[in-house]
Amino acid sequence: MTEKSPVLTGAHFMLGDQACAEGAIYAGCRFFAGYPITPATEIAERMAERLPEIGGQYIQMEDEIGSVAAVLGASVAGVRAMTATSGPGFSLMQENLGLGFMMEVPCVVVNVQRGGPSTGLPTSVGQQDMMQARFGSHGDYQAIAYAPSSPQEAFELTIQAFSTAERLRTPVLVMMDEVVGHMRERVVIPEEGKRTVLARRLPSVPPSEYRPYRVGDDLVPEMALAGAGYSVRMTSLTHDELGRAVTDTATQAVLLPRLLRKILEHREVYEQYELRHAKDAEVLVVAYGITGRSAAGAVEEARARGMRVGLFRPKTVWPFPTEAFLRTARTVRRVVVAEVNMGQVALEVERLVAGRCPVARVTSPGGEVFAPERILAACGPERVAQVRA
Amino acid sequence: MIPAAPEQRERAPETENAPPRHHPLDSVLRSEVLPHIWCPGCGIGVALGAFLQGLDRAGVPVDKRVIVGGIGCSSRVVYYARADTYHTTHGRAIPFATGIKLANPALHVTVFAGDGDLFAIGGNHFIHGARRNMDLLVVCINNFNYGMTGGQSGPTTPHDARTTTTPSGNFEFPFNLPQLAAAVGAVYVARWTTLDVRRLRDCFTEAASRQGFRFVEVLAPCPVSFGKNNDIGSGLDEMDYYRGLEQIWGSAGGLPNRVEVREDGDLSGTEISLHRPIIVGKFVDRPRPTFLDNYRAVVTARRKAP
Repeated sequence: MTEKSPVLTGAHFMLGDQACAEGAIYAGCRFFAGYPITPATEIAERMAERLPEIGGQYIQMEDEIGSVAAVLGASVAGVRAMTATSGPGFSLMQENLGLGFMMEVPCVVVNVQRGGPSTGLPTSVGQQDMMQARFGSHGDYQAIAYAPSSPQEAFELTIQAFSTAERLRTPVLVMMDEVVGHMRERVVIPEEGKRTVLARRLPSVPPSEYRPYRVGDDLVPEMALAGAGYSVRMTSLTHDELGRAVTDTATQAVLLPRLLRKILEHREVYEQYELRHAKDAEVLVVAYGITGRSAAGAVEEARARGMRVGLFRPKTVWPFPTEAFLRTARTVRRVVVAEVNMGQVALEVERLVAGRCPVARVTSPGGEVFAPERILAACGPERVAQVRA
Repeated sequence: MIPAAPEQRERAPETENAPPRHHPLDSVLRSEVLPHIWCPGCGIGVALGAFLQGLDRAGVPVDKRVIVGGIGCSSRVVYYARADTYHTTHGRAIPFATGIKLANPALHVTVFAGDGDLFAIGGNHFIHGARRNMDLLVVCINNFNYGMTGGQSGPTTPHDARTTTTPSGNFEFPFNLPQLAAAVGAVYVARWTTLDVRRLRDCFTEAASRQGFRFVEVLAPCPVSFGKNNDIGSGLDEMDYYRGLEQIWGSAGGLPNRVEVREDGDLSGTEISLHRPIIVGKFVDRPRPTFLDNYRAVVTARRKAP
């Protein structure tokens, strides 16, 4: 019997959740630990079906706390690992996400967002966890979060998330939403090897010279795996280059800034965004995930009406593509931020615009996506009214 | 592990004929990071010593040893044992260790943590790890209280015992850990005190040779917190207290050389209270397919299916 390729090359009609799972498999993910939750369950189901046939491991954990812990454990033993959840589960995951940032363990955590707070709207859309993605675990850290706007992009960005996690030794978030997760669209899976997936750097020195958290110019330490003979020492406490717990201000002053700089100084690894009609825009719409598609509709409609409206769609929402946004927004007279929440990424955009022009928020308590008209109306009500007249 | 008195240390000969100042366990310890953080009279070091000797006797190679700790005094063994070691978050050592074991089944994975970590905040992970029969050796240092935070009550604090948060005596009932572990599916369950150094060592040797979810409870003195609050005295006094109350499971009394496992599985009567006999011994030793055994069987069957 010939070994089947783990990658399902070809054109498919599949859910965003399934595309996310296939992206993970494409990227070499062979471990999934999770807990059922709407609207992310289909990711776990896909992994439970697919992983055993390609030599991988699926385990359903007792909760989302254990899921992230198991994912971190699998990763330190050298297997690419992922978990997927939605709002309530994402809250439980914050604790061990912090452990992942502190120990510098590559992994991918998917949040298919629904409406909250608490149990909220289990079966309908929200983008209310964007600030939780940025700041949800305690302590200072820099999260990397992608936001796909289609099943195809869920596939692509999940691959990208693994590549980034491995390259920078950090947990990476894929902030999907219920509509992208549950919509069924054409997804084209390329042949194996057509997408670049970076790998973590293993020790370049023998065990006697290995220092678990020694870094060079790129600030990313080499990672010895469990069982490789390196007597690895990793801890959730503040630690020195040797991985020893040293809980003093001097050690913290070396460790914490490096953890932040490691992310912020490698934007070329993860930063992605889409521009549409942005060059001559007077009004710039900022939207991500499913709202990016509503916004694209609004922008096309505006152009059809002769309005100079453009779109800035971050695919990497955190860290926000600051330079790219400021460059694009330099000459605009109005910025519109649309998101299915009461204003979260808008806070970051307002901070960057810093009063240089008005920033309009298009908000929603959750439950449905925006009709393009909602976003269009915010692009300048008086102008829209003019055009209509 | 009770430190020598200062004057004895000073009198240690420093001539070239002096015995080498090596510890027999140096090769399996990270002796460069010693001294350890544990208080005088603490039992964790004794348990660690017995554990390391047990693993040596079981022939577990050092580079295949993984030890995962949670948070608390007991979890600090990860700093001192030579192995791949992970000091994780409070209560989460078992799921972290689960990920390691599944990613590399060739490794011998031990979880070393305290009673509060494993059975309060981590209780859910414990019962599910045992239910799945995940191939882990779980060592619980039970000192009846939260030592690192200064002696608060926990899920194993005996009824009536005093702690900083039960100043008038504990009005809750504690878990009986062996009974709990047996009920949720552990394949090997034992309890010893740090007085039983050799029995404990042999218990670790035996546990390391079994497959599946193995649970060893080690009753350890915590003189600085638990002992002080309950008028037990020093670490040595707490050991004496064990000696007075200890009774081996299945025996009529006293401490016989051979430990019998009672086959009826009824662990009622093994709960710990302040003034009743403390029942120690091996309670459960029964094979059961592990999580990975069952997973592989299902995957193989599916591959063979037409």
